[in-house]
Amino acid sequence: MFAYVIRRILATIPVMAVVALFVFALLHLSPGDPATIIAGDTATLEDIARIRAKLGLDQPLYVQFVTWVWGLLHGDLGISIFTNLPVSKLIAQRVEPTITLTISTLIASVLAAIPMGVVAAWKAGSWIDRAVMVFAVLGFSVPVFVLAYVLIYVFAIATDLLPVQGFISIDGGLGPFLSHIVMPTFALGAVFAALIARMTRASMLDVLAQDYIRTAQAKGLANDKVLIGHALKNAAVPIATIIGIGVASLISGVVVTETVFAIPGLGRLTVDAILRRDYPIIQGIILVFSAAYVLINLLVDLSYTLLDPRIRY
Amino acid sequence: MISFIRISRAAVAALLLSLYWASAAWAQSPQRTLRFIPQADLRSIDPIWTTAYVTRNFGYLVFDTLFALDKDFKPQPQMVDRWTVSDDKLSYRFTLRDGLKWHDGRPVRAADCVASLERWGKRDTLGQKLMEAVGEMRTVDDKTFTIGLKAPFPLLLDALGKPSSNVPFMMAERLAKTDAFQQIPEAIGSGPFKFVREEWEPGHKAVFVKNPDYVPREEAPSFAAGSKVAKVDRVEWLYIPDTATAAAALNSGEADWYEQPPADLVPVFTANKDIVVATVDPLGNHGILRFNHIQPPFNNLQLRQAVLNLVDQKDYMGAAAGDPKYWKTCAALFGCATPFETNAGADALLHGPNPAAAKELIQKAGYKGEKIVLLSATDQPIVQGQALVTLDALRKVGLNVELQASDWGTLITRRASKEPVEKGGWSIFHTWTSAPDFFSPAVNLPLRGNGEKAWFGWPTDPRIEELIDSWFKAPDLAAQKKLAADIQVEAYTNDIPYVPTGQFVVPTAYRRDLKGIIVAPVVFLWNVDKK
Repeated sequence: MFAYVIRRILATIPVMAVVALFVFALLHLSPGDPATIIAGDTATLEDIARIRAKLGLDQPLYVQFVTWVWGLLHGDLGISIFTNLPVSKLIAQRVEPTITLTISTLIASVLAAIPMGVVAAWKAGSWIDRAVMVFAVLGFSVPVFVLAYVLIYVFAIATDLLPVQGFISIDGGLGPFLSHIVMPTFALGAVFAALIARMTRASMLDVLAQDYIRTAQAKGLANDKVLIGHALKNAAVPIATIIGIGVASLISGVVVTETVFAIPGLGRLTVDAILRRDYPIIQGIILVFSAAYVLINLLVDLSYTLLDPRIRY
Repeated sequence: MISFIRISRAAVAALLLSLYWASAAWAQSPQRTLRFIPQADLRSIDPIWTTAYVTRNFGYLVFDTLFALDKDFKPQPQMVDRWTVSDDKLSYRFTLRDGLKWHDGRPVRAADCVASLERWGKRDTLGQKLMEAVGEMRTVDDKTFTIGLKAPFPLLLDALGKPSSNVPFMMAERLAKTDAFQQIPEAIGSGPFKFVREEWEPGHKAVFVKNPDYVPREEAPSFAAGSKVAKVDRVEWLYIPDTATAAAALNSGEADWYEQPPADLVPVFTANKDIVVATVDPLGNHGILRFNHIQPPFNNLQLRQAVLNLVDQKDYMGAAAGDPKYWKTCAALFGCATPFETNAGADALLHGPNPAAAKELIQKAGYKGEKIVLLSATDQPIVQGQALVTLDALRKVGLNVELQASDWGTLITRRASKEPVEKGGWSIFHTWTSAPDFFSPAVNLPLRGNGEKAWFGWPTDPRIEELIDSWFKAPDLAAQKKLAADIQVEAYTNDIPYVPTGQFVVPTAYRRDLKGIIVAPVVFLWNVDKK
């Protein structure tokens, strides 16, 4: 097990190297030039050239790449072209809102969706099952930003119960923290919950048709024990897989949610950096996201051993 | 089941109420804080390094200027207490006001001002023009410095009070010695507000606190001149990129002032009696249709004249600015309601559009269907609106035009290309500029005809350059007005560097409890009180 973890972690190194090369090439070969954005409307071509030189953007691409990688190897993600602040500082400023939103969405979605999926499978064909499926279809179909605007209208504008925008750290008090996170969590969590509910239902239906479930029921075991102890446990591996995959989709959903609710997270930092071609920030964030994704996949794989003792690494 | 639903409802209501009270308690602040939604994210703190308007507005909070323009566009002393000019107009002597301090507590010295002017003169176009005339700048003592000229420069005080990017803001000498093409490392100014760098979160928030050491002038505020009293303790710039969310934040009272709400959201505010929608900018902005003068087909004057004959400003303004109360047609290259407004030479625009004349000019130009590349930026509604109108107008008269839409970052990179359209070049792009950047020949950059060194599009017209030089040397306003009219006639007759597509204002929206907002083309946050 330990050797497996080490092997997987070592395997991330070439993955990250490929990501770094790919991101760098993609960014520098795509149209757009930060020097022209910095120089502004009244700049001459001479001005732009001088700014480009000061930023080192006039160097050959391989020189820029080597410089960047050398910095990375020394733990330096670079300096933002526009704000002149270290990329690591900018990312550190933004990590908390994004992680908080991701975790709150994950917890809320799992807590809501797994019981829904289990009950829907248990009562397959009933109105409960149909209600859960209607929720799942709506969750998939309604875009995050539409749901977000509806929530803002209902809870912030019409009833004035919740704040429209922003993020308050939990250090600022539980009440303010919750009041700011509840709408983004719901908006972002709907699609995720729908995904998990459907997968749970499908997986449970498969397991509930197995002989050992019938045996458990025949020997008089209580329904909750059959569902939780026997069925859900055996249906858990595909559910864990879909949760892992879903976390990746959460990252893209976070961009929209953070924009609509004006949450200063990594998603917005990424979009803003792309729009102004702030290469060091974009490169740094994509590396961080890639590392996070690799780590999540590793955790999901490791969770299989807990959920199914037959799986060994 | 019913009781379960009742209990659930009660629980949800209780949760929401508790969140509401918690949120309300958090929102109450002991300080008077002005929460302002700026037009863009503050990305740079150096108003000399970048021309971005948001950084210019930041500069006005944190830094101060030697002179500043009042509402009549007259330069008034700001940091300067008194000044003299020699009889031959070649030597100026300036003495700073008493009590001026940098935000780190050190006194403002004449040497700081000289270094600041030198740095500004390396980046700003008007600054460069001034520096061509400057022989030497010398400090006499800690509060006095002189500017010696090689030739008279009647607009020297106007240059020192230039209201828009790049504004000649004064910085401490150690910052002003920074290479003009590199950013200053910190924003230590002497303005009415101090920048709280520790709380700066680019892409989200910038924070300023009242500068207790600031000594305001005694004159009443007038545009950028006069008294600059910080009447709130703290200013928070909250960058909210989503316009609907920004509007909701203002409606709910989470923000006090939304600088530039898009036109389609203005009706949302009119229903709220606690919100004022106003136009605090008396002049507004010009839409611009810019030609590439060095590549076919618009290297041909007759084809540029043809497009001039196709421009119907009402269409452009309808697309770019919406409600007619926020725009007007205006053919004056120096803007309408400005000191140099004139209709001289602008007949085609004033009496247009004239498609028949345009078709005749296209024929005379020998146009053979060469591709016209029209650049647009879909993330800039004002640019995109204008581009769509141009696309339609040009296609209607049979011009082979292709709209190439991208984001603004890509557009401004592409417009720097001097290549033919087949190699990534361009033919026309749109933009817009605010009155302080077009109201006189000194600041109207797109008008310049200095070829390779001119603004993107690179028109060459030595006559315009000659007239602008004469304008700089003009002895009085009457002579300046005459020369401004001559410049416009030359521009519309023999050059057509660009076509103005109309003059529009962007309304602003703020909570009714804000008082003292200054009417000016730039947003100033001093004198604003929150009752």
